[in-house]
Amino acid sequence: MSATTASRDAPGIYHKAGSLRSERRWALWTAYASLIVAAIIMLAPPVYMFLTSIKTSAEIADLGGNPWIVRSPTLENYRALLSSPMFMGFFWNSVKVTLLVVAVSMVISVLAAFALARMRFWGSQWLATGVFLTYLVPDTLLFIPLYQIVGSLGLLNSTWGLVLVYPTLTVPFCTWIMIGYFASIPKELDEAALIDGANWMQMLVRIFIPVALPGIIAATIFAFTVSWAAFVYPTAFITTPSEMPLTIGVVSQLIRGDTFAWGQLMAGALLAALPPVIVYVFLMDYYIAGLTAGATKG
Amino acid sequence: MADGATLAMPRAEAPGGASLKRFARRRSTIAFLMTLPLIAVIGGLVAWPAGYAIWLSMLNRRMTQFIGLGNFEILLDSETFRMVIFQSVFFAVTAVILKALIGFWLAHMLHHLPAKGQKKWRGMLLVPWVIPPALSTLGWWWMFEPTYSSINWVLAIFAVPAVPWLGEPWWARISVIIVNVWYGAPFFMIMYLAALKSVPEQLYEAAAIDGATGWQKLRYVTLPMMRNIISITVLFSLIVTFANYDIVRVLTNGGPRDLTHVFASYAFQVGVLAGNIPRGAAVSLFMFPILAVIAFFVLRGVNRRTKEEL
Amino acid sequence: MAQVSIRKVVKAYEGGVQAVKGIDLEIADHEFVVLVGPSGCGKSTTLRMIAGLEEITSGEIAIGGMVVNDIPPRDRDIAMVFQNYALYPHMSVYDNMAFGLTLRKFPKDEIKRRVENAARILDITPLLDRKPKALSGGQRQRVAMGRAIVRDPKVFLFDEPLSNLDAKLRVQMRTEIKKVHQTVKTTTVYVTHDQVEAMTLADRVVVMNHGVIEQVGPPQELYHSPNTRFVAGFIGSPAMNFIPARMENGSGALRLNLPNGIVLPVPAERTARYGAMAGKEVLFGIRPEHLTEPKNLDRQNIAVFELTPEVIEPMGMETLLHLWMQGHEVCSRIDPTTPAEPGRPMQVAADLNHMHIIDPESGRVL
Repeated sequence: MSATTASRDAPGIYHKAGSLRSERRWALWTAYASLIVAAIIMLAPPVYMFLTSIKTSAEIADLGGNPWIVRSPTLENYRALLSSPMFMGFFWNSVKVTLLVVAVSMVISVLAAFALARMRFWGSQWLATGVFLTYLVPDTLLFIPLYQIVGSLGLLNSTWGLVLVYPTLTVPFCTWIMIGYFASIPKELDEAALIDGANWMQMLVRIFIPVALPGIIAATIFAFTVSWAAFVYPTAFITTPSEMPLTIGVVSQLIRGDTFAWGQLMAGALLAALPPVIVYVFLMDYYIAGLTAGATKG
Repeated sequence: MADGATLAMPRAEAPGGASLKRFARRRSTIAFLMTLPLIAVIGGLVAWPAGYAIWLSMLNRRMTQFIGLGNFEILLDSETFRMVIFQSVFFAVTAVILKALIGFWLAHMLHHLPAKGQKKWRGMLLVPWVIPPALSTLGWWWMFEPTYSSINWVLAIFAVPAVPWLGEPWWARISVIIVNVWYGAPFFMIMYLAALKSVPEQLYEAAAIDGATGWQKLRYVTLPMMRNIISITVLFSLIVTFANYDIVRVLTNGGPRDLTHVFASYAFQVGVLAGNIPRGAAVSLFMFPILAVIAFFVLRGVNRRTKEEL
Repeated sequence: MAQVSIRKVVKAYEGGVQAVKGIDLEIADHEFVVLVGPSGCGKSTTLRMIAGLEEITSGEIAIGGMVVNDIPPRDRDIAMVFQNYALYPHMSVYDNMAFGLTLRKFPKDEIKRRVENAARILDITPLLDRKPKALSGGQRQRVAMGRAIVRDPKVFLFDEPLSNLDAKLRVQMRTEIKKVHQTVKTTTVYVTHDQVEAMTLADRVVVMNHGVIEQVGPPQELYHSPNTRFVAGFIGSPAMNFIPARMENGSGALRLNLPNGIVLPVPAERTARYGAMAGKEVLFGIRPEHLTEPKNLDRQNIAVFELTPEVIEPMGMETLLHLWMQGHEVCSRIDPTTPAEPGRPMQVAADLNHMHIIDPESGRVL
């Protein structure tokens, strides 16, 4: 009897299998089509910026041809920027501020996260919630009072003013990431370390930091990206070109009057965007893992 | 000695006088010291300025006199500011909805790909999110440039008339949204992709055996499993988008005729550029109640999530 | 000189829940003691109090004659092996084992000597350069033990060390642990929920339940003369059968009235022991291995009666029968050659020399 059922169902199953395969192929084609369209849109602006940056001003001004084609490529725009003391000044300001802020943020957040994740104390729950809430406070809500505060400290028009306020952008989220990573380390590991004779600092430095290294990397990248891309604070606090970091420097100083040097502007923007892009190329996976840790856990 | 010691056993004094109780007490002290820098940052650079902003917003222009809610009244009476409120809300809501939808779609499409190619595509689609927005917006600005617009050139191929991207208010509003969606959709994409990957494959297999179609799997398996992360991402993005400054500043600087200003850029205009610090602070503070409500829901979502994990 | 004394130790959590309710236990030098009991019985809490990972609410714990209540774990001179091994994932096997010694500032060559010696005992010398991720469960377990051995502590503490291993490996590692103990002879406290582990490893087994010690004794003693119904039911697998019965006095001899109208004569030598229960409801306890196919019928105190098997489980060297006695499942171990068929009544023999009578009110075995 089972044999008859099988032979009766066989064509049906075969038919289903065929449609399943075509259904899958169709889904794959839809996926590729959507992704190609999306990739074109996502990549068009940076590509066009690059094309513009290797054009001469004359070619840019020429309305005749296809703007998406470069006829006589030149590196003149890049050369001009890299030999401009002003642009290199922006660059060093960005590097200085970013490195300092990353270092300060990581020390603050790793210490705090370790204490909050492992050493329960009075008010630690509240503090953890407070950290998260702080992360939700945008910089645009605080820049006016901070403008006053930084001004009263005499740090307007100084990169040190930026070093002072950037931690508000980085520390809360870095702490939050690190709390998550530290909390995921099994409790037995610190108990083993306690029995092995470690004190709190040894436990942090020799066990927690190495074990949570992916988290440290993710938090560092975050701090780096945010400090490098920060725009509101430098725009508000810095008006002297010599103290400007790249973002505001490129946006405000490379645009001169009504005659825009488009080629140089695009080259400047791309050069300024290069460090974070390089970091991402090499460390993307760590960063995404850190950012999406919450999403994958549940 | 062991036998004799049963009654009066020598009580071992811990070396360095660190008894277990003192050990615990010292632990709290160390923990507090470790969090002190964090407390200083939160207290000194977030909480204190936030309170200070409230005080500032109630002063007159020269900051010599307390005028209560005067700045808020003046703002609400001004046509320009009412447009700022409208534009901020319109911008944030539209942009977030579009980002969420596009991000979800792209995540879904990526999820279909074989694992090998996925990383390459993901890397390409993440490019907008990697470039500092102030800089990539410069590129968009150039593409929207009325005379040389490369977008209009492409549209012209399809016989679409030139679009006055930044010159006409509604087009300018749309331009700002386009750039924000372009910048923000990849973030949604990776969050959703991670969430999609975390849905156990057996659930789909069980649903398939129960006879679910592709659409039903999405409706009854994927979405419920991702509900929490979707709502957290959307709410979070709502805050960030609502408070956005970079794109408006670079692309339109509020123009044409102050019609594309959002809270942040208008606060900057009034507070820093026009020098009326108290009124600028008042403009910023208008964001606060909306952000607080959103933050409340985010926190609830995150807490619920942590509870589920336990 | 590394005996462990536990005196009137209580562990109470906030809200007054008592995990350990005042236990006393003396563990001799070189002894291997296993704390066993169901989850939540307080055995792990007791171990963690010895380790110093949990504070002692009241009472005293002494290691080597010194009260350690107030001493942090690192100064107690103990080593612990955790259920999930708790190996440091970023360190090689060598560094994992050396970590405790490094922190205590031992000279380099001494560390090397000790680690290599421990590695030899545990047969993990070729693994010393690997990271824990590259090890199998059994190998990780060995490394965790190695970490304990190199410290040469006063006491080894094991917290369910074999629970994460598969059944086959568990048996193998059990032997390994016993071998190591016979080599290094360090006083050992071992926590498990698995009574087989407890029986095979221990010099003495401590059965805990609901935060109190039910019985302490060598494995054989616990098996043959349990003090309480809990111990009787916990030790031995399959578990002892408990059948409600009525003790009756009939002309100088005691009789047990079981369900199904079965009447068993109580062995004469036990008359005095059970006399007080005459006329009362009791629990009749008998292990499956003493409820067999009819055999040794020439011996004294073998009672034969008829029961019907419901489920038959052949195990190879024996066959388990699940018989029903008016709503009570009774398990019997028979020789696999004995014919048995579900639903067909058969003769079974109870060896009453090994019977137990339990007072259902106090739960004590009489």
